[in-house]
Amino acid sequence: MNRSTLPKGWDGFAHDWAADQKVFKGMSWGKAMMWIFLLSDTFIFSCLLISLLTGRASTAVSWPDASVVFGLEVFGVSVPLLLIAIMTFVLISSSGTMAIAVKYGYEKNRKLCTIFLLLTALCGAAFVSMQAFEWTKLIVHEGVSPWGNPFGAEQFGAFFFMITGFHGTHVTIGVIFLLIMARKVWRGDFDSGRRGYFTTMKSDYLAIEIMGLYWHFVDLVWVFIFAFFYLW
Amino acid sequence: MPEGDGYDYKIEAKAYTASSSGASVSPAESPDQELYHSKSWWTTYVFSQDAKYIGIQYFCAATAIAVLGLVLSVLMRVQLAYPGLNVLDPSTYYQAITMHGMIMVIFFLTALFLGGFGNFLIPLMCGARDMVFPYVNMMSFWIFLLSLLVLVASYLVPGGPTGAGWTLYPPQVITAGTPGNLWGLVLMLVSIVLFVVGFTMGGLNYVITVLQARTRGMTLMRMPLSVWGIFVATIIALLAFPALLVGGLMLLLDTVLGTSFYMPAIIATSNFGNEVSTEGGSPLLFQHLFWFFGHPEVYIVALPAFGIVSDLISVHARRNIFGYRMMVWAIIAIAALSFIVWAHHMYIAGFTPWFGFFFASTTLMIAIPTGIKMYNWLLTLWRGNIRFTVPMLFALAFFITFLNGGLTGMFMGNVGTDIALSDTYFVVAHFHFTIGIAPVLVVFGAVYHWFPLATGRMLDEGLGKIHFWITFVGAYMIYFPMHYQGLQGVPRRYFEMYNSSQASSSGLNEFITIVTIVVALSQLIFFYNIINSARAGKKAKKNPWDANSLEWQTPEMPPKHGNWGRTLPVVYRWPYDFNVPGASKDYIPQNVSPSQVRGAKAERT
Ligand code: HEM
Ligand SMILES: [Cu+2]
Repeated sequence: MNRSTLPKGWDGFAHDWAADQKVFKGMSWGKAMMWIFLLSDTFIFSCLLISLLTGRASTAVSWPDASVVFGLEVFGVSVPLLLIAIMTFVLISSSGTMAIAVKYGYEKNRKLCTIFLLLTALCGAAFVSMQAFEWTKLIVHEGVSPWGNPFGAEQFGAFFFMITGFHGTHVTIGVIFLLIMARKVWRGDFDSGRRGYFTTMKSDYLAIEIMGLYWHFVDLVWVFIFAFFYLW
Repeated sequence: MPEGDGYDYKIEAKAYTASSSGASVSPAESPDQELYHSKSWWTTYVFSQDAKYIGIQYFCAATAIAVLGLVLSVLMRVQLAYPGLNVLDPSTYYQAITMHGMIMVIFFLTALFLGGFGNFLIPLMCGARDMVFPYVNMMSFWIFLLSLLVLVASYLVPGGPTGAGWTLYPPQVITAGTPGNLWGLVLMLVSIVLFVVGFTMGGLNYVITVLQARTRGMTLMRMPLSVWGIFVATIIALLAFPALLVGGLMLLLDTVLGTSFYMPAIIATSNFGNEVSTEGGSPLLFQHLFWFFGHPEVYIVALPAFGIVSDLISVHARRNIFGYRMMVWAIIAIAALSFIVWAHHMYIAGFTPWFGFFFASTTLMIAIPTGIKMYNWLLTLWRGNIRFTVPMLFALAFFITFLNGGLTGMFMGNVGTDIALSDTYFVVAHFHFTIGIAPVLVVFGAVYHWFPLATGRMLDEGLGKIHFWITFVGAYMIYFPMHYQGLQGVPRRYFEMYNSSQASSSGLNEFITIVTIVVALSQLIFFYNIINSARAGKKAKKNPWDANSLEWQTPEMPPKHGNWGRTLPVVYRWPYDFNVPGASKDYIPQNVSPSQVRGAKAERT
């Protein structure tokens, strides 16, 4: 389908929804599927964050002060939000490397595409490791647990570990898939038409873009979690 | 073609090649789907990636678990009518009620309509070769099966299944004294999480197949209403299940880790032996999350039923569906509204009157699109050439039952009346009419309608009619008296009525229970009919109901892997061209081009 001949603007919108075969003209099945999945996932994270707001509003004891809980001591000086700033920076940067990987994917530049995928995975892994460090610090040194903490309402720990854990799981899954993708690109699966081990289907460099959608989403969600937990 | 359906296939064959001339159909936008070709018996029949098989697998698994749900309901009914027999004690009654509700709503009807009919019908009706991601689709079924096993396993763990009612309200569901507050609850929640994961994998397939994999000429507004119903229901499900998932996750943490998301100040010694004290949690939060899922869930079940019943009525009354576009928009409007009415389940939870005012208004607004649908069905039947086949009988029964349930919904939707009627048998009657009986009647009708497509054989009409009358009349005799009981104030979720002042009600209880047993046993007729007809039923001719939609136009019946043989069908019209003035037959299938229909005056293409 030649997309340049399609009507533009609102006419285009009406045309596409009234057309046969495809609503999203020129969009592959996999990409459309990822978008819809992310929509559903957005609802999951929204439910989590709205629950956080509700829970926070109805605690019996006051909510802990984020800058106290998340402070980090560097050379004897306590710097609030230091670790989390680094984590956020790393994750946001990984969105950049991901975007570059997608670009090289489209150029079929296998080498650079692999490198940037691996870089992205590395950032993701670094993020998860820092999160693990933060969790350990909170649990072991500061006595924050899902069922109680010395700073205030016990729901703080419950929501914190649940939501960051849920997000961390997303990042971890993303890292695993980034590594799989990197291997596929490196081996040249998308050029040779090598079939997937499970699905027995061929794939192409579009898979990198779809992977990118997921990764950017996970980063975007982090921004909200960051704002809800650490800045407020 | 040994048994043709009477259409002139010579002309049709020409239309495949000459489609560019007459009606203009745009060229194919993407290459033909590459299919997975199984190599062994296992990958053909068990780990099948063909949506038709997956649909049938979903159907069988969901029906199997429904039998458990039915047996539980019979046990409950026996207990209510004959408390002296002691078939259940308070704990087992609560466990039965919880499992029954959860099984029927989620594991039976949701799985059956979306996983079962969705898989079977969507690719065929849209003119696709399969779902867009067959492998993911297959995984969806196996995860669903796993969730069923986990659910049933809760009968085997210490304490048995959870017994807090299908709504699983905390703190009751967690605290000691409620049956199954430990392992039972954990397994229930794990099972739900698995179900949601499995459903999401399937649901993405259904949505993308409808949006992106239709055949040439198949616009959204030419899709049969069955597809519309299933499609929109799937979207609702993808947006509503997240709330259940999150609600369930937090409940799981409250149970296992002793967090207190939902637990207000309580000291409980129950959680896996630890003594935990909780405080500051919000039980209302769970109710909100649960019903943000729970109300749309009702429409996840109802919309596919609406869609399918529209097609059954249209085909078997030989009439185009009245107000097709209105029907589509009504489905969409209902879906949208269903997300802003959830708190009508919480009128008695205690909130400001303004809240109730808002939710009562939105709730009653749903009556508008629903009413439109009811009238349109009626107008479709009006002066139709009704064939009283078994599917038609079930469709009509659905109409009556749903009307009945909808009318009592008016009482439940208004705060004032609901507060009086809440937690009485009036509610039990209301929701069984709307999401219990009505959709199940559609399921039966749909099975009688599409059985020939799945097996190549017809179900026995005679047995079907016996099954129909017992089920329909029986269901009415079971639930209609419950309205009266409810108005008398008989409370819901009581395992025994004791010597209440409503003597008339205990007599009714016996009556209801006896009918329940008859109706439950009569389902054996249905199962016998299915098994027997699949083996030795009358051979079905091609397109036995003279329907227009694409699923009946496959080159072979039952359709083979890939559905369409070498060339995909091309669609020229909507699926409701019945009794077109001047046309030689009373139906024009969707893939018949205008130039093939001689003399037709008012065909709609
Ligand atoms: C002949 C078939 C059925 C019978 C005899 C039956 C019977 C019952 C009974 C006796 C109860 C418990 C009432 C109480 O003590 O409060 C109940 C509850 C319930 N039933 Fe059914 N039922 C049937 C079919 C269905 C179907 C098809 C659905 C599908 C949606 C369904 C959904 C429910 C739900 C959601 C509850 C509420 C559970 C709770 O209170 O937690 N039932 N049913
Ligand atoms: Cu509702």
